[in-house]
Amino acid sequence: MNYVLSNRARMISFILIGIGLISIAASFMTHSHQAWSNLLHNTFYFMVIALCGTFFLALQYAAEAGWSVSVKRIPEAMGAFLPYAAVLMLIVFFGNLIAGNNGGHYLYHWLHHDLYDPASPEYDKIIDGKSAYLNLPFFVTRMLVYFAVWIGFTLTLRKLSLREDKEGGQAFYKKAKRISAAFLVLFAITSSTSAWDFVMSIDTHWYSTLFGWYTFAGLFISGLSVIGITTAYLVKKGLMPWVTEHHLHDIGKFMFAFSVFWTYLWFAQFMLIWYANIPEEVTYFMLRFDHYRVLFWTNFFINFITPFIVLMTRDAKRKTNTLLIVGVILIIGHWIDTFLMITPGVVGEHWHIGWMEIGTALGFAGLFMFVMLNALAKAPLLRENHPMLQESLHHSI
Amino acid sequence: MATKKVYGIFEDDDVVLEAVKTLRAKKYNVVDVISPFPIHGMDPALGLKRTRLSICTFLYGITGTSLAFLMMYYMNIFDWPMDIGGKPSFAFYKNMPAFIPVTFEFTVLCAAHGMAITFFLRSKILPGVEPHVIDDRMADDRFVMTIEAATGAEAEDAKAAMTAMGALYTKD
Repeated sequence: MNYVLSNRARMISFILIGIGLISIAASFMTHSHQAWSNLLHNTFYFMVIALCGTFFLALQYAAEAGWSVSVKRIPEAMGAFLPYAAVLMLIVFFGNLIAGNNGGHYLYHWLHHDLYDPASPEYDKIIDGKSAYLNLPFFVTRMLVYFAVWIGFTLTLRKLSLREDKEGGQAFYKKAKRISAAFLVLFAITSSTSAWDFVMSIDTHWYSTLFGWYTFAGLFISGLSVIGITTAYLVKKGLMPWVTEHHLHDIGKFMFAFSVFWTYLWFAQFMLIWYANIPEEVTYFMLRFDHYRVLFWTNFFINFITPFIVLMTRDAKRKTNTLLIVGVILIIGHWIDTFLMITPGVVGEHWHIGWMEIGTALGFAGLFMFVMLNALAKAPLLRENHPMLQESLHHSI
Repeated sequence: MATKKVYGIFEDDDVVLEAVKTLRAKKYNVVDVISPFPIHGMDPALGLKRTRLSICTFLYGITGTSLAFLMMYYMNIFDWPMDIGGKPSFAFYKNMPAFIPVTFEFTVLCAAHGMAITFFLRSKILPGVEPHVIDDRMADDRFVMTIEAATGAEAEDAKAAMTAMGALYTKD
């Protein structure tokens, strides 16, 4: 069965993108400093959601999981956004670099030249010590390597899956499994380092050893929520009659488990810093706790309590409606989580969330939705020639 | 009214699943199937209700959380106020992050032990209790179906029905 991108879905995407463009323009006119942080925040957020599609796919291949065959087209379609996200990220980074030359860099403090000049009053010994890693040429190289690796593996897996549809046989599956195993190793490294580069380097002095896992855990839930929402939506539309409550149960379990995992990492990071009370570490949480208190607690309650209470029972995980509602809540919750990772480091105490911030997010969501649904419409929703298709169709737990 | 349990020993999981469906449709009171591994579709075929063990586990877990909080409140706030991490706040809610790991562990301890002990009690698996072995190979490669009958005549009828459905042998 095929998904066809309806005119209504296309219209909604374009309206959202329009709202986003207006919001971005308005925010550059009113508070350009936070406008840069909004752009970085949303680009990073939706980039990693797309990346989590590929990660989920690779995980299923490498684990030889059978149940997920019936929904594998959805993470495949999510990966289609990665090239767009890469272009957006390059625009944001180089745009900030060019715009920043007039009056200081908006996003990344470590880009200032004076910090590395011992004769300058701005000289910063700590940042100078990190200059072997945090310098412009190496940063740009790393960024390009990430995009090359992520997009390369995404396109390869997609191509193998489409060829399998046409030609059949087990060869494509075996090849995809080998490629996935290689991707998982590279993903383990790049997910950590990209979180340091794009996010942690904003607070240049501060570092946390589990920051990469923390970022990945939070954003993997957003990726899983997108898979859950799309599955629920397609099931409700009657386009995926083969997806039963057993498949929904497995997706629900993933969302529940990774929400708890995220909370564990959030707390592990917070508690060690809180307990040790070392000034250069606690400043990170002091800023967020003193000036972003409402969001700080909202982040914790939305992303931990909601999925924990709602998805705990077996029956809740097996319904499309709960997956839809919890999925939307988690996507908003982790958007706030990412906001708290990026914005305080860029603008400090002078922040706000208004219609322009929400509009920017809606614009990115519209673009993501448009690209993903387009990719979804390009191939049948069921992978007819997958060797584990029958296992998935008869999946029962 | 005294009921009588009769057992049929089967050698194949598909046969026993089919037998359960057929015999239940013929109004035999099939109460249980003992199997060395889970058989897909057996729970709905037997008409089993969902286990209430998870509800017990949840309650045990909450008990663990409360006990751990109470213990740490008494020890570190009330009886001997502790200065945790250079923050002499001496208030329970402010020192809470330091208590969470212990609370988590104690919750898991109570939930896991409570669940396991409840399961053993309900299944009558206790030290000193003679295990009820119907067939020597019932935890290895054979399947045991249990039917409850009201009278002796009905029991004989059930045994004949199980043999007809492919039982290896039947016993009382």
